[in-house]
Amino acid sequence: MTVQANDPAISVVSEKPASLRPILEWMARRAEPIAIGLAAILIGLALFSLFILAIGKSPAVLFQLMYTGGFGSWFSMQNSLSRAAPLLLTALCVALPARLGLVIIGGEGAVVLGGVAAAAMAMPLAGFAPVFPTLILMGLAAMVIGGIWIGLAGFLRHYRGVNETISSLLLSYIAIALMNQFVEGPLRDPASLNKPSTRPLPADYMLGNIPGMDVHWGLLIGIIACILSWVLIEVTSFGFAARIAGGNVRAAQIQGLPVGKLIAGFTAIAGSFAGLAGMIEVAAVQGSANASLAAGYGYTGILVAFLARHNPLAIIPVAILLGGIDASGGLIQRRMGLPDATVLVLQGTLFIVILFCETFYGRFRIFNPDLWKRSL
Amino acid sequence: MEETGIGIWGVPLAILAGAIRVSTPFIFVSLGETITERSGRINLGLEGTLVFGAMTAYAVAVMTNSPWLGVLAAMATGAVFGLVHGWICKWPKVNDIAIGIAMMQFGLGLAFFLGKSFIQPAAPHLPAIPLGFWSSMPQIQAALNINALFILGAALAFVLWWAFRNTRVGLILRVVGDSTDAARAMGIDPDRVRLLATAVGGSLAAVGGAYLSLYYPGSWNEGISSGQGLMAVALVIFARWNPIGCFLAALLFGGAGALGPALQSVGVTQGYYLFYAAPYMLTLIIMIATSSPTRSLAGAPGALSLTK
Repeated sequence: MTVQANDPAISVVSEKPASLRPILEWMARRAEPIAIGLAAILIGLALFSLFILAIGKSPAVLFQLMYTGGFGSWFSMQNSLSRAAPLLLTALCVALPARLGLVIIGGEGAVVLGGVAAAAMAMPLAGFAPVFPTLILMGLAAMVIGGIWIGLAGFLRHYRGVNETISSLLLSYIAIALMNQFVEGPLRDPASLNKPSTRPLPADYMLGNIPGMDVHWGLLIGIIACILSWVLIEVTSFGFAARIAGGNVRAAQIQGLPVGKLIAGFTAIAGSFAGLAGMIEVAAVQGSANASLAAGYGYTGILVAFLARHNPLAIIPVAILLGGIDASGGLIQRRMGLPDATVLVLQGTLFIVILFCETFYGRFRIFNPDLWKRSL
Repeated sequence: MEETGIGIWGVPLAILAGAIRVSTPFIFVSLGETITERSGRINLGLEGTLVFGAMTAYAVAVMTNSPWLGVLAAMATGAVFGLVHGWICKWPKVNDIAIGIAMMQFGLGLAFFLGKSFIQPAAPHLPAIPLGFWSSMPQIQAALNINALFILGAALAFVLWWAFRNTRVGLILRVVGDSTDAARAMGIDPDRVRLLATAVGGSLAAVGGAYLSLYYPGSWNEGISSGQGLMAVALVIFARWNPIGCFLAALLFGGAGALGPALQSVGVTQGYYLFYAAPYMLTLIIMIATSSPTRSLAGAPGALSLTK
């Protein structure tokens, strides 16, 4: 140590930029996910452009329409925000377990069952019970069912060693079958002929719009859920323990952390958010539970979560971006004569490229302050 | 053809017939996935490959009027999907499970995009072999009207079972799957083996898709697969990476899938939609029963990320 203190090279590095260096280091570390993420999106868009060129259409026109349809006007912006609302919640269903190292892909099942539970809860109440408590009860029912559904995948993972990716997906198919059974059977509104549904919610029981906007309250609920999740992960000791368990299960167990409870708890919270997304679909969009609940929000949520690198705050802009892409699908279909699956192709391309670009993390010296000494 | 008099015996017969009809895609996808997983990689994208294979096979069969050319074309596209998956996954820090989900979304999207114009026309079907000719009962004849691909799949299961044990290629595959380091020490390039294994797995999954669109249900639409590709991955675990086990498990799954329609045909309609869930329930129950939190599964390739 004494030898090093006299070494001029060391003392220069540690003394001179003492005030500036931590800021630069902080910025470099923060810049890495943003720079790599943006580069990945650009590469993805470039590949998608090649595909559009190959089928003889103009990518410039397409991106123009995508912007117009998603964000070009206040009207389309509100449409995008409405579509982002369920994505915020289904993305949390992937992001929270991901902090524990779990890949949950069955959020769709929790959405569907959450919607059915909310509708079932509303059926005996709507009409005479006060509106606000009814909505609260609907939300709670949806969250409990969603929490049980995804929590089950977490529980099975820890206590039975069942792979959570596959079990959550199987559970989601089972959930869709259950929904069909309920909606066709005991909960069916006899008046719904071609499209079996539960009895529609009276209009004054619907979750209305945020004042001054044509966007339902689901957006705000989703944003609050993201902020709460961020607090849960980054601030609370529960979240800290979860991050340790996600980094190294054995280390967590040696520390005496209740890994099983953490896994079951985190997956249950995640599932309750997805269930809440189903309640919002019923109470703010559809007005009843029916097969439209399985609209793929659970699957788009996977993409949102991975794009946001499982950071609950980053989920908010990413969900709005993807909500916008979703919202522009109709316009692209009408103006360019492209199938509605165009958006799916774009999402798939982006998803693959973004996951591939994970390989570049830590490879660039500029983002890694630990390597600066050697290059500077 | 009213009440030819087998009555309640129609149910097991219908389940058997259904098992044979429904199991073929499971056989091919699970055999493909077995090859991939034996090399130490997992491909969850086979659902996308299956659907894209179904679309390709249907489109090519419509255009060339030959179902077998459709199957070949599907195999080629499946191999391409597998190569892409394999190439991406060889990079460090890339999560093969997540890439699989992404490839699944991409494959579904691309199949729906390119297949939009093929929802209307009718493609020629794959031929079936009437093994029930000896019987005068139409139910038995229908039940034993077995598609050529089912027989090919069954044969392939036995060939693979033999090849894993007795051939040089099988040994290389198993070494790579069990220990990347051991493979390197033997002078084998694990990345290349896994790349080829993923490509073969993809092309077999696409054959499963071709069966769906060219034989049963025999048309192309966006709901053609309801998770068969993914269930096949669970099935491989259940079958302990054993090809003959895959074949038997696929028959079991097919039978579970045929339960609902079979019961409906004899008038049991209670809980009809729940019977749709039967194969998924069965898969889940089997996974719960056969997994263990403390040790990795018997027969699991050592380098596989799924079972760790």
